[in-house]
Amino acid sequence: MAVSRARRNRLAELGAHAVLLTFTVIALFPVILIIINSFKSKRAIFRDPMALPNAETFDLIGYTTVLTQGNFPLYFWNSLSVTVASLFFVLLFGAMAAFALSEYKFPFNRLTGLYLALGIMIPIRLGTIGILKLMVATGLVNTPWALILVYTASGLPLSIFILSEFMSQVSSDLKAAGRIDGLSEYDIFFRLVLPLVRPALATVGVFTMIPIWNDLWFPLILAPSEETKTLTLGAQVFVGQFTNNWNAILAAMALAIIPVMILYAIFSRQLIRGLTAGAVK
Amino acid sequence: MTKALTNKKRPFRWHILVFLAPAALIYTVVMILPLAETLRLSFFHVDTTTREVTFIGLDNYKELFFNVNWVGPFFRALWNNFYFFIIHMLVQNPIGVMIAALLSMFHLPGKKFYRTAIFMPTLLSFVIVGFVWKLMLSPLWGVSKGLLTSVGLGSWFMPFLGREETALTTLAFISVWQFIGIPMMLIYAALLSIPEEVIEAAECDGVTGFAQFFKIKLILILPTIGIISILTFVGNFNAFDLVYTTQGALSGPNFSTDLLGTMLYRTFYGQQTQPGDPNMGAAIATMMFLIILVGVAIYLFFIQRKLTRYEM
Repeated sequence: MAVSRARRNRLAELGAHAVLLTFTVIALFPVILIIINSFKSKRAIFRDPMALPNAETFDLIGYTTVLTQGNFPLYFWNSLSVTVASLFFVLLFGAMAAFALSEYKFPFNRLTGLYLALGIMIPIRLGTIGILKLMVATGLVNTPWALILVYTASGLPLSIFILSEFMSQVSSDLKAAGRIDGLSEYDIFFRLVLPLVRPALATVGVFTMIPIWNDLWFPLILAPSEETKTLTLGAQVFVGQFTNNWNAILAAMALAIIPVMILYAIFSRQLIRGLTAGAVK
Repeated sequence: MTKALTNKKRPFRWHILVFLAPAALIYTVVMILPLAETLRLSFFHVDTTTREVTFIGLDNYKELFFNVNWVGPFFRALWNNFYFFIIHMLVQNPIGVMIAALLSMFHLPGKKFYRTAIFMPTLLSFVIVGFVWKLMLSPLWGVSKGLLTSVGLGSWFMPFLGREETALTTLAFISVWQFIGIPMMLIYAALLSIPEEVIEAAECDGVTGFAQFFKIKLILILPTIGIISILTFVGNFNAFDLVYTTQGALSGPNFSTDLLGTMLYRTFYGQQTQPGDPNMGAAIATMMFLIILVGVAIYLFFIQRKLTRYEM
């Protein structure tokens, strides 16, 4: 009895492996295909797409085209600076507001919280026409600040919502002890509470970062100039211009994929922990 | 909001204002006011030659619902959006639940690798995902034809993105491919958070394996499935990037992949001979806003209430 049960479990496990492996292959195959073909000559790309590059078919022509024709280092820098700056403001201002809402009793506290949470469900894109008018009026069109402001505003609601949940769990004895020791309210926030909610900040950071890095809509509308193009928009425009140059397209895509893959390989544990921690809440 | 604080008699607690002001200010100026402005613009008309602005009340909406030039495209985009959403609900979320269940049910070696790999596409931008699949499905390259032939389905191959009947479904599946990791992760986390005692009690009663999953765990994670559904809904009714990247602003072939997002973009910026009309665009954006609002309200007032009854 026990033996047959163990065997049945073994079989079920094998089945689970098979299913999961299938989905893993489906998830990875397109990405791997692009990367291996980006290192091949044009003939080899078409003759045998599945083959790995070898001495005969190895060719970097795509990469040289991308690096001489496109402005990819600049696009990469733009994406990075916009994402990091937005993330900084979302976390800092979000944490400050979350602290105010969870720590103090004041008139309209609940109402303010509700007002700030509204944005979780409303996509900011629907305000695009108003945002464009605002950015034109303030002269921020085609500057990174237009994007940073928009991403900060759209990231704040979720950030405030999640962080205030976490902040209300911080021990009030600790804060009371801090106040007796003569810490100001600002000290209590920056030196006591903020370090304690670091895991929550990481969760919010993950949720905020991915859509900002990948966004096409706002760079296209608010900052389409060559100097302010983000990597996502730059890749989109580049691929549109080089429709028939397969080497260049494949190389451009590999260049856009590889940094994300490297970052993911390094941070996947934190990222997944952040995601699952956020969900358990 | 924060101004109300100034009326307090006791010494004014400036720090509350300092903590709240930056977030409230940016959020109000960059998000709420533009949303309100979009709503306002939808009640106006700007003459294309004289630039004269006139208040026209609900005429933009009347145009959208009754003018033959608008009503067809609008409802086509709306239907396409629903179709897009339905495919996600029927394919993405059940498969996500299944993968999460498999991950949580067994102590498989390599579990972390599977999880990491299946989540990976979620991190890529739509632009990358769109072009990767466009290349793979391209008849020019022949990758997908080769793959189909290798499993004996070579005759099934067609330019999936180039045909009106298949383009939208193909795009929906590409989007499912990209986002399957999100339901997987959230469900996996929810499954892990089910208390041990519940599982032990089930095992004492002889409820194990698949029966345990369907009779106990699935019921307990229904709230998470509800949250995933509403996230899918809001995300899908806001979709734009994938269609724009693969099919262009004209949502080809013959507008068969047009979503509300791409229609909004086209209306706002104009297309080919037709000049852009921000006010009409504002009307479409307002309609999208209302649709999302109705969806969220249905979820909050009907679905979520029923679900929480089962909550632990």
